[in-house]
Amino acid sequence: MRKDKLLMIFGSLLLLLLFVFPLWKITLLAPQYPEPLGLNIHITHLSDGNQFNDVNNIDLLNHYIGMAHLPTEINVKKGEVKPFKEFVIIPIVVIVLVVLGVIFGFIGKRKLYATWLGLLALSGIVGMYDFYNWLYIYGHKLDPNAILKITDKVTGEMMAYQPPVFGFKQMLNFQVYSYPSTGVYFIGLSFVLVVLAFIVSSKNKLKN
Amino acid sequence: MKSIFAFLTVAVFLVSCNPAPTSSKSSKGALASNAAEKVYVAPGQYDEYYAFLSGGFSGQLAVYGLPSGRLFRVIPVFSQDPQEGYGYNEETKPMLNTSHGFIPWGDSHHPDISQTNGVIDGRWVFINENNTPRIARISLKTFETEEIIEIPNSAGNHSSSFVTENSEYVVAGTRFAIPIPQRDMPISDYKGNFKASLSFIKINPESGHMNIAFQLRMPGFDYDLSHPGRGKSHGWFFFSMYNTEEAHSLLEVNASQNDKDFIAAVNWKKIEEYIKQGKGHKEQTRYAHNLWNDDTHTATSTMEKEIWVVNPVDVPGAIYLLPTPKSPHGCDVDPTGEYIIGNGKLAASMTVHSFTKMKKAIADKAFDGDAYGIPILKFEAVNYGTLEQPGLGPLHTEFDTRGNAYTSFFISSEVVKWNIKDLKVIDRHPVYYSVGHLMIPGGNSRKPFDKYLVVLNKITKDRYLPTGPEVCQSAQLFDISGDKMQLLLDFPTIGEPHYAAGIPAKMIMDKSQKIYKLEDNKHPDAVKSEADTKVIRKGNEVHVYMSMIRSHFSPDNIEGVKVGDKVFFHITNLEQDYDVPHGFAMIGANTSEMLIMPGRTSTLIWEPKEVGVWPFYCTDFCSALHQEMQGYVRVSAKGANTPIKYTLDDEVPGEEEE
Repeated sequence: MRKDKLLMIFGSLLLLLLFVFPLWKITLLAPQYPEPLGLNIHITHLSDGNQFNDVNNIDLLNHYIGMAHLPTEINVKKGEVKPFKEFVIIPIVVIVLVVLGVIFGFIGKRKLYATWLGLLALSGIVGMYDFYNWLYIYGHKLDPNAILKITDKVTGEMMAYQPPVFGFKQMLNFQVYSYPSTGVYFIGLSFVLVVLAFIVSSKNKLKN
Repeated sequence: MKSIFAFLTVAVFLVSCNPAPTSSKSSKGALASNAAEKVYVAPGQYDEYYAFLSGGFSGQLAVYGLPSGRLFRVIPVFSQDPQEGYGYNEETKPMLNTSHGFIPWGDSHHPDISQTNGVIDGRWVFINENNTPRIARISLKTFETEEIIEIPNSAGNHSSSFVTENSEYVVAGTRFAIPIPQRDMPISDYKGNFKASLSFIKINPESGHMNIAFQLRMPGFDYDLSHPGRGKSHGWFFFSMYNTEEAHSLLEVNASQNDKDFIAAVNWKKIEEYIKQGKGHKEQTRYAHNLWNDDTHTATSTMEKEIWVVNPVDVPGAIYLLPTPKSPHGCDVDPTGEYIIGNGKLAASMTVHSFTKMKKAIADKAFDGDAYGIPILKFEAVNYGTLEQPGLGPLHTEFDTRGNAYTSFFISSEVVKWNIKDLKVIDRHPVYYSVGHLMIPGGNSRKPFDKYLVVLNKITKDRYLPTGPEVCQSAQLFDISGDKMQLLLDFPTIGEPHYAAGIPAKMIMDKSQKIYKLEDNKHPDAVKSEADTKVIRKGNEVHVYMSMIRSHFSPDNIEGVKVGDKVFFHITNLEQDYDVPHGFAMIGANTSEMLIMPGRTSTLIWEPKEVGVWPFYCTDFCSALHQEMQGYVRVSAKGANTPIKYTLDDEVPGEEEE
């Protein structure tokens, strides 16, 4: 089989690893949490980032500032919160991308590779915007009966607790770090492989 | 007013004229300047070793760090502990059951860590109770007492609880000979009629569960201490004894007459073979066996009724007596298993027996008579040599890996380092005061970790700020890595520390349990979520199935309880986070608080005596809202018709979902 076709097929299949590895990780450090709490964000669910029960423990701490419950297994079962729609939509998007990628690979046309790259990039951008949006909602839509209500020294408004999409932010006693996790690296690798497929295919065209 | 001031001025003047008593004492200024650095463990840093010091008459086991001497935790073992609720709550009460009924106190003595291939393995610590003979097993994963077994036909369980080199057995011995079975008889008929027991308790290699494999029915001497053989002498156990005079009164004189007492050498492997052939006999007796179940968080106490007894005459060739001067206390075996050291506490010399010579003496039948049918080996035939006049009142000996022994001298209040082969004193250092045991981590094993030596003193007098007639007990830490011993640190201890055991921290620290998983909680009265919490009346019993999580109880308002009811609080800590225990205290409850670890369930009984609205609260500062973690129970008059009602935030827990 042609090298570019293999690259295209293999590159798109890599996205299946998103069903195994988390996309993003939020880490919370505080004086009381020298071993940091971790929140892994997968395309289908949330999971403990560092130690057993991290997600539930983060959810428990969130109630002090009136943050909405996370869609943990227990909370969903209790009916406190509905799971994110994204946990259904994103897996479908991923599967569609994989299927298209494999088909495009077999067809082996350069334009299709480019199209696929475009689709992946678009999904990524939409995904990041959606992620930001959720962080905004969680950070701002706080329970008015929250236990800890702190106003911003400068603005005099109620403090918001929006975690960073990327990087570091101090939130009360917590140092919050938010960085891409294994899943995103695989998306990157997938992107690179398909770009290579595109380049290889261009060279072939030149040779012919 | 003026006169008081004048008096004070004079008083100050008088005091300042006196020479400061401490300044004249060379002992306190004798520390080398680098001692502070050697014991300084910076904030947030860890100690190099765990040290488990017996709590003596506190009945507990204290956990310290070395070299800092910081106290981390007191593990409740043989005594009730109101701080945690051990021996007070319904789950742990059975741990303190005995054939004499519930006993709230014990006298803990000699901790010893389990071993594999002659090296400490950090799975369990065993510790004996002297007064009501018992042995406890403590998990080094949870640092909790998991099992206590009573030793029948025994009194003064002192030569205990030492472990063989593959943790095959932990042993128990009797300091007091007694009539066996117990019966009404004149005390003066002691001689020849009282007996002693040496018990070999088998340890299950997987679970650690103990059961008494056999008991040796020994002559009525006083069995003081013991240690297992190791390496070449593995399969043997050595017990020191005093009062071979068989005195029954004024022992301080009457039991100090014989020039030589004995160390008993017991070949337990040979006895195992004899038992396989059917030697020995079954006897009826009663002893409690208390086992903690980590799944149900509940202890059960079983009264065992039988024991296998072996008489020394049934097992020829398995037990010999080694003459040892005078009233030997400690009986210590060096890391190679060759030397058996008798610490004759009234002698001015140390007796060193040789295992190789002992084997030859047995083969040569070099006997010097017998005691109640047990052959006595000739002193010269077993004795390797004598360390003459090292100090006064030797009690115990520990070892390093370089062929040296370290012996505590109670009367001359010092530690002496000497070479076993050469029988020469290398170094000596005073201790403050009157040292009993000493401990090198891994001391009772083939592989001592010989960097530090801890001495455990019986008297402190002026070493610390005075605290009335009762002053603290104390340990002292020495650096023994060089030729000279260097005193580094004094630190106070709980109770009276007898023996201690130590282990490198890295062998156990990462296995230390952090929480109990709620999903593994098999307690019959556990609740797994707030929705499951409820209050149920059964006759005059009210069962409250309550949960706790930061920072509230569910339910926290309870009504319908009446005077004369027996209220059972079955409380589950729903937390699944490290270091978030919650406590529970109920006003007027005639018991202690309960401290409940994450994922655990405990039960407290309260019998309200007065009408009213009575609060309960969390006793452990669990969060910023700890003070808000509280609730009320409404108690109505006997015969009132207040219905059972329980709520959290004015809603019945779990009701909305149904």
